[in-house]
Amino acid sequence: MKSTLVNMVLSLGIITVVAGALLAWVFSMTEGPIKQADLDKQIAAVSAVTPEFNNDPVAEAVDITPEGESTPLKVFPARDAEGKLVGAAVESYSSAGFSGDIKLIYGFDVEGNVTGYEVMSHAETPGLGAKMGDWFKMSEGKRSVIGLNPSATEGGLTVSKDGGQVDAITAATITSRAFLDALNRASRAYSQLKSSEK
Amino acid sequence: MLEYISIIITAIFVNNIVFAQFLGICPFIGVSRKLSSATGMGAAVTFVMVIATAVTWLLQFYVLNPLGLQFMQTIVFILVIAALVQMLEIILKKIAPVLYSALGVFLPLITTNCAVLGVAILVVRNNLDLGQSLVYAFATAIGFTMAISIFAGIREQLAWTAVPKAMRGVPIALICAGLLAMAFMGFSGIKIG
Amino acid sequence: MSKLKILLNGIIAENPTFVLMLGMCPTLGTTGSAVTGMSMGLATMAVLICSNVAISLIKNLVPSKVRIPAYIVVIATFVSVLQLVMQAYMPALNELLGIFIPLIVVNCILLGRAEAFASRNGVVDSCLDGIGIGFGFTLALTILGAVREILGTGRIFGAEIFPETYGSLVFVLAPGAFIALGLLIALFTKIRTRSC
Repeated sequence: MKSTLVNMVLSLGIITVVAGALLAWVFSMTEGPIKQADLDKQIAAVSAVTPEFNNDPVAEAVDITPEGESTPLKVFPARDAEGKLVGAAVESYSSAGFSGDIKLIYGFDVEGNVTGYEVMSHAETPGLGAKMGDWFKMSEGKRSVIGLNPSATEGGLTVSKDGGQVDAITAATITSRAFLDALNRASRAYSQLKSSEK
Repeated sequence: MLEYISIIITAIFVNNIVFAQFLGICPFIGVSRKLSSATGMGAAVTFVMVIATAVTWLLQFYVLNPLGLQFMQTIVFILVIAALVQMLEIILKKIAPVLYSALGVFLPLITTNCAVLGVAILVVRNNLDLGQSLVYAFATAIGFTMAISIFAGIREQLAWTAVPKAMRGVPIALICAGLLAMAFMGFSGIKIG
Repeated sequence: MSKLKILLNGIIAENPTFVLMLGMCPTLGTTGSAVTGMSMGLATMAVLICSNVAISLIKNLVPSKVRIPAYIVVIATFVSVLQLVMQAYMPALNELLGIFIPLIVVNCILLGRAEAFASRNGVVDSCLDGIGIGFGFTLALTILGAVREILGTGRIFGAEIFPETYGSLVFVLAPGAFIALGLLIALFTKIRTRSC
């Protein structure tokens, strides 16, 4: 087709308008499901790590800044039928990872023992640091953090290489330290929630 | 200041755009037969990447976000980059013919260079402010220039070696790139500040 | 060209990865395992089929001087649609492939097929070309992903073949991507030149 200024502007204009309209329509159709998917992910992670609860922890989530820090953590309180606190899930992070920040969600029972954890996002090395998703749940040796109580230990949990309680992932000590750093941070936020509720 | 130095070191060495993030591979393989053209490409990418990141960052935070049009990001960014490259070509031709004759042939190739769009999207995803974004874009481009220049130096030597027939050209070049990537892995885990 | 020939063209004679060597970034960046490689291939194939069909529909309405910007708008629209749909219904996969989903827009395969095929052929042929090339790309990414997964972790599609400790981790990491792709291209060239 021969190019003149009029038909060039016209055809590009029409294509852009049609494209914009199509996108706007798809966006309006997917807006709800996208929000739902985000929410579902949070709910799934919270229920995977916390003890059984009767409330809606995601709706009751509060931001708590651990003492001496500037970034608030999201804490999802889990309550029983009478509204008594039975535990919580805490979204935590660590900047001490091998490459970039790691984000995890940890669950605690009412005493502050770890009940579970899920990795939300990380950029650790595949096959090494990326193993943290399963490693700290395994029963071999001192790998598991489930049942340990970071708030009862002076200075929080550390890897056994640093004289601590938990075995680091083979060849990924830095990631393991970051994992425990995030866990201790979550535990501090949870302790603050508990003392504020008393 | 330390923060900027950390961004620079990370973008050039630790998270090199070619060897660790796999962006900008097409020009990395395509324009690396000769060292001179590799450095030319690197310079052109640096030029476009910094300007494109500045423009797309402003568009994202002052136009798309306030209007709630984040879903138009991809389409707006690619059009802006394409238009920008065209404009740069015209402006350079007029005001800096020397620079144009050096970079001109590489400019049209940059529109489909995923490193430029990739960096524009990454700085938005990582929530960097304008200063950090510009430093990141510049350092990433330097990392790209360094990678493609080293690679071109190796390929110039490679042209004179006896390589099995099926391995000639791209396959042996990719394996060299793999060895380079292995060397760059030595930088991983380095942190400043 | 017969319909079958158009379809098969993209898989062997003009395989986008092993022969044309286009779209290298997702090829290297998303093939840490067979599943991610295949997902990336299918996502690209979906956009390619849509854009090929749309472009062959509008080919006579677009003045030749502005055809490239017009094609870019069409491709970018389909990529954005894919992005939204994936965010809504496949959030986990979307996060796994990350930035490589929006970057489909700069995948040279798409603009290349628009210019070389869809702008010159009918709707049905363009659709078949999209399927063929898309399938060739998916196949290449799946093979590369599978090779890296087996050598690196001893698994294929998550199923264990040999214990992970015997695997060579480097194939899952960045250097392994380059090396495995280089060897696969060499192998493909060898087979192709012998059979011709």
